[in-house]
Amino acid sequence: MNTIFVLGWIDKLVLIVYFIFVLGIGWALKKYMKNANAFLEAGRSIPAWVAGLAFISTNLGALEVMGMTGSGAKYGMLTTHFYWVGAIPAMIFLALFMMRFYYGSKARSVPEYLKLRFDEKTRALNAILFAVMTVLASGISMYALAILLESALGWNFTVSLVISGAIVLGYTYLGGLSSAIYNEVLQFFIICIGLFPLVLLSLKDLGGWHGLQASLAPIAAAKGYAQDVYTTTWKYTASAGQNPMGVAWYGIAAGLGFVLSFGYWCTNFLIVQRAMAAESQMAARKVPLIGAIPKMFVPFLIIVPGIAALALMNNPSMGFSIPHMHNDPTQPLNYDYTILALLQHYLPAGVLGLGITALLASFMSGMAGNVSAFNTVWTYDIYQSYIRPTTSDAEADGKHYLKVGRYATIVGILLSIGTAYIATKFGNIMDFLQTIFSMINAPLFAVIFLGMFWKRSTGHGAFIGLLVGFLAALAHHGLTQPMGADTVFKGGWITVLHQYPVEMAQNFWTAIIACTVSTVLTISISLMTKRKKSDEQLNGLVYALTPKLDDSDIEWYKRPWFLATIVGAICIALTIMFW
Amino acid sequence: MIDIRFPIGLMFTILGVIVTGYGLGTMGNAEMYAKSLHLNMNLISGVVMLVFGLGMLLFSDVVRNMLKKKKTQ
Repeated sequence: MNTIFVLGWIDKLVLIVYFIFVLGIGWALKKYMKNANAFLEAGRSIPAWVAGLAFISTNLGALEVMGMTGSGAKYGMLTTHFYWVGAIPAMIFLALFMMRFYYGSKARSVPEYLKLRFDEKTRALNAILFAVMTVLASGISMYALAILLESALGWNFTVSLVISGAIVLGYTYLGGLSSAIYNEVLQFFIICIGLFPLVLLSLKDLGGWHGLQASLAPIAAAKGYAQDVYTTTWKYTASAGQNPMGVAWYGIAAGLGFVLSFGYWCTNFLIVQRAMAAESQMAARKVPLIGAIPKMFVPFLIIVPGIAALALMNNPSMGFSIPHMHNDPTQPLNYDYTILALLQHYLPAGVLGLGITALLASFMSGMAGNVSAFNTVWTYDIYQSYIRPTTSDAEADGKHYLKVGRYATIVGILLSIGTAYIATKFGNIMDFLQTIFSMINAPLFAVIFLGMFWKRSTGHGAFIGLLVGFLAALAHHGLTQPMGADTVFKGGWITVLHQYPVEMAQNFWTAIIACTVSTVLTISISLMTKRKKSDEQLNGLVYALTPKLDDSDIEWYKRPWFLATIVGAICIALTIMFW
Repeated sequence: MIDIRFPIGLMFTILGVIVTGYGLGTMGNAEMYAKSLHLNMNLISGVVMLVFGLGMLLFSDVVRNMLKKKKTQ
């Protein structure tokens, strides 16, 4: 950042009001936290609309907001593929076909579902990988936030880390998952209201959507693309070279639309946990659909300003620029800071405070999501399963695991802070880990999908499928490289067998390979081994062995199918509008 | 459990009052609003928050129960 933001008293006042409410919600919920069930599962009492907004809000972390605005500036409207293809279909699938098994099985976490459906070792593998992944993920986002606060607001790195960690700790320690979920709803609204002025002002500045299209045409032409490449989604995906993302339609459909998105939205406990906290099975099935409605419109809030930034920085008379990496003009542009540059360019005191609050809120929702998923998996799937099993006294157990859950919250945040410090020394390793962990979910989806819809799949098949699928992802990453990779952390650390034109393509193919390997192995090993669980035991866990759902007793317009049809129709309409 | 509409409504009403007030106080400050293309963004965002906040409050159980009690009294 060329100049540091100066926050006025009004901006600080807005921030303080927000912090008071965030902590106040945790405080108000404290008295309900009587046992582990209330703390870690929100007592399964959350209304569908609250869980639905939390469902997408926890995904709307700081890295998502900063990254998507940056991607908007790099790839234009093609970035919306992460939403309309890369999220909505998977959310609909989760709601209609998978949620009833997660919720109805009485599993308290995704690893626990694996134990009920398969066996102990499959659960252990997934629980441990997941626990490590969430702590790292929240550490990485803490690091990103502290760097941002340091460079933009001049706040000390350590102070930023400690204060933001303390606030998230405050409300998750007091109110557990309920507090995280309620705050995510609050955060969702503040993100919308805080960032909305950027959409309004950047579009007004460029003369609306048509003005934006007109100013992008010469930029696209100069780079050798069709004039409207930045404002269309599918039009130039016949081959990878036609668009700045460097991916063709089949890569988008298979990599992003299927493997990555289903892996993330349908099996990541961080996300699924929100729906599992819903007050009834019907509510749980609606949660992803309710979340899908605002999700479809998030691109207009965070991607469109990024696209506008691309037009603005190519027009010197606008006086807009985004900083280079490390503030060194010889380095490439730091697209992650696009949103900050926009905030600084357009917002006067007052709404600037709201914009900064929105960024902080997005960071907190992401981090609290990770922490509340971590403490649940730790308490139920690791501590209760392997360290201290339940006793005959259910009430004392409830209190004991509540305490463990609370301690896990503290430890989770401390580990995140530690991770953030490691990231300051070895930033590249963190990027690498993040890439790898984004691939854990691809084999997991294959295993859970087969588990839910193929009754013949066995525990041995699932375990090997999960493990080797992950190793295959790792191996593919080690054997390939994106063009122009300057560090081994971007891939090719074994040897380079293949080069992809862009990093995105490499990520897509890593996930596709991991998922394929996992599917093939799970199927073939399942066929070679014996199923240990009886049909009886798999009732409620496997599609064919569970009684068919009957929604005929509720009005047609309240049924999940109806809601899903509306969501699908809006998504298709948006896709056609921006084809 | 608590009804989340109440704290959300309360927070946005308070923020709405603060930011709208600031927007009114800085009205006509051309230098300050040159950035935001001469739009008084504080007034716009403030009013949006105020309307949203009051709407949430109105639909929250806390306020609805209060209104109901008044009616029966």
